Amino acid sequence: MTDEVRTMPATAQPRLMRWSVVLPGLAALACALVLPQFANAYVTEVATTALLYVVLCLGLNIVVGYAGLLDLGYAAFFAVGAYTSGILTAEFGFNFWLTIPVAMAAACVAGIIIGAPTLRLRSDYLAIVTLGFGEIVRIIARNLDITGGASGLIGIERPEIFGFKLMQVQHFYYAFLVLALLTAFVCLSVERSRMGRAWFYVRYDEDAAAGIGINRVTAKLQAYMMGAVIASVAGCLYAAKMTAISPESFTFNQSLLILLGVVLGGMGRIPGVVLGAVLVALLPEVLRGAGTYRPLVTAVALLAIMLFRPNGLWPDKRV
Amino acid sequence: MALLKVRDLRLSFGGLKVLHDISFSVEKGAINSLIGPNGAGKTSLFNCLTGFYKPKGGSISLGGRPITGLPPHRITALGLARTFQNIRLFKEMTVLENAMSGQHCRSRHGIVSAILHLPAQRREEEAIRAAGMRWLDFVGIQQHAHRRAGGLSYGDQRRLELARALASAPELILLDEPAAGLNEREKLDLVHLIRRIRDETGVTVLLIEHDMGLVMQVSEKIVVFDYGQKIADGPPEAVRADPRVIEAYLGTEE
Repeated sequence: MTDEVRTMPATAQPRLMRWSVVLPGLAALACALVLPQFANAYVTEVATTALLYVVLCLGLNIVVGYAGLLDLGYAAFFAVGAYTSGILTAEFGFNFWLTIPVAMAAACVAGIIIGAPTLRLRSDYLAIVTLGFGEIVRIIARNLDITGGASGLIGIERPEIFGFKLMQVQHFYYAFLVLALLTAFVCLSVERSRMGRAWFYVRYDEDAAAGIGINRVTAKLQAYMMGAVIASVAGCLYAAKMTAISPESFTFNQSLLILLGVVLGGMGRIPGVVLGAVLVALLPEVLRGAGTYRPLVTAVALLAIMLFRPNGLWPDKRV
Repeated sequence: MALLKVRDLRLSFGGLKVLHDISFSVEKGAINSLIGPNGAGKTSLFNCLTGFYKPKGGSISLGGRPITGLPPHRITALGLARTFQNIRLFKEMTVLENAMSGQHCRSRHGIVSAILHLPAQRREEEAIRAAGMRWLDFVGIQQHAHRRAGGLSYGDQRRLELARALASAPELILLDEPAAGLNEREKLDLVHLIRRIRDETGVTVLLIEHDMGLVMQVSEKIVVFDYGQKIADGPPEAVRADPRVIEAYLGTEE
């Protein structure tokens, strides 16, 4: 039967044990674990960027893929995390690890401020508001003294763990790998829970969801805030890795790239989003040889993907 | 005791009056129907009862509690579930996931306990799943639990909507044209199912229906609408004989 999605008994956890996903996943994880032992600093650096995008795309996927909200200003939450952590360590001498909960709280507050009034709107309006929000955060960062203005914030402390200071590319590679795995675990747990299902109900039919007893505004706000929190944690680690951040790291382009990763791989499900994130990070590097033709080649590649795989490279089976 | 009480309900869209001072009640444990020609305002009334439209005036109470103007999810949580005239399933999700959606307002664990995999959260998930399966079994589509809801036959989609609404543990269930698009055999099954809902679960049923045969067969009381006004209210035999009902359905002889 063609629409037989799963043949597991009702009590089994569906999807968890699909070998077609688990085996390549384990293989990818094994490669990821040993990569810095064989690769040079350049490759490790690119791979670290890829892991950063994995975290950001997984976070945005909660908002776009699960709850169906088009967010065009996601980099703003990434900025909130990076600046919160950066300012606290550089200006006030906070321990890096203590800045993470503060950054998460700041992202929650920012998420509520922007989400509570706007999530009542339907998707298209939300896109415009989030676009504006992204720009507002960037422009504020450009103009405040505490954020270092246009030249940015410098002298961010490197984190220490059990007396070991994270310094080299490899160290940050592993730190981002841990964060990416943690994020994937969190997403997977929530995706299969009551709230996760509520997001899908709201995404597929808002009115039916309301009619069945789901508070759609609360459900959307929770997805939005959870996405914000994940981006802020990624921002903390990003600030620590770079030791200097400037408003230009958090432009509209950055938001678009993250969204591109989510859509490219196939939004809604974790394997597709991870693939999309890695592609977004790798594509500019792979196409370095194309020189000035790079934007053209990128555009053609993206168009081809959207033409031939409209639901993404590794789409959600249900759509 | 009246479970649902509607008093002087008024609704208008701009200058267009859709409902004029509607009053009626539904007794606990009853099977009642709302009938009337197309455009009489039946679905508008359902949308007022379930919070999708905000009435201009009047009051609605469920089990003695006022529900007028509350948002839909609050009304569902207070015990009023509905189905939709044009089936509104989550087509891309599985049949079981659809049935489980009704349990959302009867469960409470959120994001944090899901991330921490708390034992209480795991137990609640199991209970939600079990309840979903139980209601699929009740309407007779348990064997399709893991199929995509959009791939079900039309009749089974209607059953799934019922299972989903019942899973929210309502006191009153509103069925908006449950027989639309069903063949004769499926309609017979539906009559049987509606009776089982009331007899086996004690849930009160209020339905909107066009199929007069089905309405007369299943309802204990019928409320008749025409042009947004209530024109008759009573047991099937009385309603059938009411000259105003005959006029509304068949027109008058000039």
